[in-house]
Amino acid sequence: MNLTEMPIVEVQDLDLGYNDNPVMSNISFSVNKGDIFIVMGVSGCGKSTLLKSLIGLKSPTKGKVLYSGKSFWDEDEKGQHDIMRRFGVLYQSGALWSSLTLGENVALPLQLYTKLSFGQIKEIVDFKLSLVGLEGHVDSFPSGISGGMRKRASLARAIALDPDIILFDEPSAGLDPINARKLDDLILDLRDGLGATVIVVTHELASIFAIGNNSVFLDAESRTMIATGDPKDLLANSKDPRVTQFLTRARMQGV
Amino acid sequence: MLSEKIVLDYSIPKTLFIKLSGDWQISAGLLSVNEVTSQLTSHSDVTEVNINVSEDLKWDSGLIAFLLKLTKECEQRKISVVRENLPQGAQKLLSLALKVHEERVLSKISHASFFEKCGEKVLQIRESLASGLDFLGDIVASFIRLIAGKVYFRWDDFLLIVQKCGVDTLLLVSLISLLVGMILAFVGSIQLKMLGAQVFIADIVGISMVRVLAAVMTGIIVSGRIGASFAAELGMMQANEEVDALKTLGVSPVEFLVVPRVLALVIMMPILTIYADLMGVFGGFIISTGMLKLNPVEYLNHTQTAVKLSYVWIGLIHSIVFGVIVAFAGCLRGLECERNAAGVGKATTSAVVTGITGIVFATAIITFICQVLGV
Repeated sequence: MNLTEMPIVEVQDLDLGYNDNPVMSNISFSVNKGDIFIVMGVSGCGKSTLLKSLIGLKSPTKGKVLYSGKSFWDEDEKGQHDIMRRFGVLYQSGALWSSLTLGENVALPLQLYTKLSFGQIKEIVDFKLSLVGLEGHVDSFPSGISGGMRKRASLARAIALDPDIILFDEPSAGLDPINARKLDDLILDLRDGLGATVIVVTHELASIFAIGNNSVFLDAESRTMIATGDPKDLLANSKDPRVTQFLTRARMQGV
Repeated sequence: MLSEKIVLDYSIPKTLFIKLSGDWQISAGLLSVNEVTSQLTSHSDVTEVNINVSEDLKWDSGLIAFLLKLTKECEQRKISVVRENLPQGAQKLLSLALKVHEERVLSKISHASFFEKCGEKVLQIRESLASGLDFLGDIVASFIRLIAGKVYFRWDDFLLIVQKCGVDTLLLVSLISLLVGMILAFVGSIQLKMLGAQVFIADIVGISMVRVLAAVMTGIIVSGRIGASFAAELGMMQANEEVDALKTLGVSPVEFLVVPRVLALVIMMPILTIYADLMGVFGGFIISTGMLKLNPVEYLNHTQTAVKLSYVWIGLIHSIVFGVIVAFAGCLRGLECERNAAGVGKATTSAVVTGITGIVFATAIITFICQVLGV
């Protein structure tokens, strides 16, 4: 297999848990370059735990997470940092540093990892904030802007270093349909513009169908994945009632 | 001098062709747009800028930041920019960055001068005094309602707070009071030795600890430990909208959160102070008998005669006042907390500073009153 065919992210037989309590097991999927890959499932099925494992915050009890063939959890600290430099993360709450302005939030990764001068960093910060529609908000504090703007500012920080992979944890959570749609469009534009691969953890059906071209469905009861593929194909062809109930918002029998 | 990554071509009149090549990634450093704009200034007849790229071009945000600035400069000079020959991704990002977004800016960093900031701070004193008095009034009203049995009071919470204020602070109070007693004995002995009156060390240690020092030291410890934790707890509750949830439920945050904390400290501070009195006297006893070779019985007798009951009462009054001050400062700062992590940090610091400042002021006032009353 040559490098261009190799999946950019590959999860192999992954088991995750807290202490001795297993959260999920036997998770395997692969994400190709340029994909918008959705991790979906009902609340409490372990989506966010899986994301934590993908971004290096939670080690698995078994299995591998491969980034372009390199096993993240088998790398030494330096190797893990090199891989982590390749991805940007948008957290559910935005997780902007509240004591810093939006400009300072976006500038920090650039100050840490590049040798650019103050003026050059300012240029990049202005550009990243313009990309997410927050031009002129360099000096605003996170507490002084709306929830949607906080999410977009956090996205500007996530893409500060031009990552290959952008991971989103519930990007539409807490947003109205218009702002959620704007954020979806932004994800598509950034994927096309930056040529990045996107992994989105969400249970918002509108977002799943609007942006996703590949997905994995996690089931809370069996604590494993029960489907994978394009969400639209899953909606049309899946025989598993748990998947179709989720994707059609159908009521469970007897409820 | 123009960088070798940029080639300019004026072969067609009124049009500037710009060809970009080489490494335009952030890691290679950014080029200043002034290199091109200075050319535009010297060729004022240019009405169109046509940007092309070579096949070996490597790019990321570094290129787009450059193009964004160049496009804006051209817009200001009313020069049109042809971007069709840029890579697709670059065109998309540039269009996205040039979209006009109109969002309301709610708060910005203030660029006020030093004197303006000083003036604002002075004006804030009046506001914070008013809000402090308001809060004090709410606490008093809530206590009246508590006595009348009209307050929903959770005894389990109250006992937990009492435990935190008392038992969990005991070790620190023991250590600090013991050391203060020992230090007083040491310092006193140096002076009294010259007069041959070392036995009066017992009087110095006993009176100063029981009358004021034990209460002050306990107050400072409690302010740092308990006042700060009150501010952080309530601050986090404010940030998580838990306080709002109480309000919408029709429960007064002062009754539900502040009253148990004030009551717990008012009860525990005198107990901790009496304990600190004993530890301080014991500290003086260790130094006097162990190092200065005073008779233990004589030391205890001197302490007994020197320390009057009224001194114990004065110490207890100090402690109750300090309890109220520390709980008041912690809860006030916690409930005033801004809804973010930095706000919680600020509230905690402010609670400790307010608490300790309040303790020092209260000590001065009580000492003055005692002096006037001749106690």
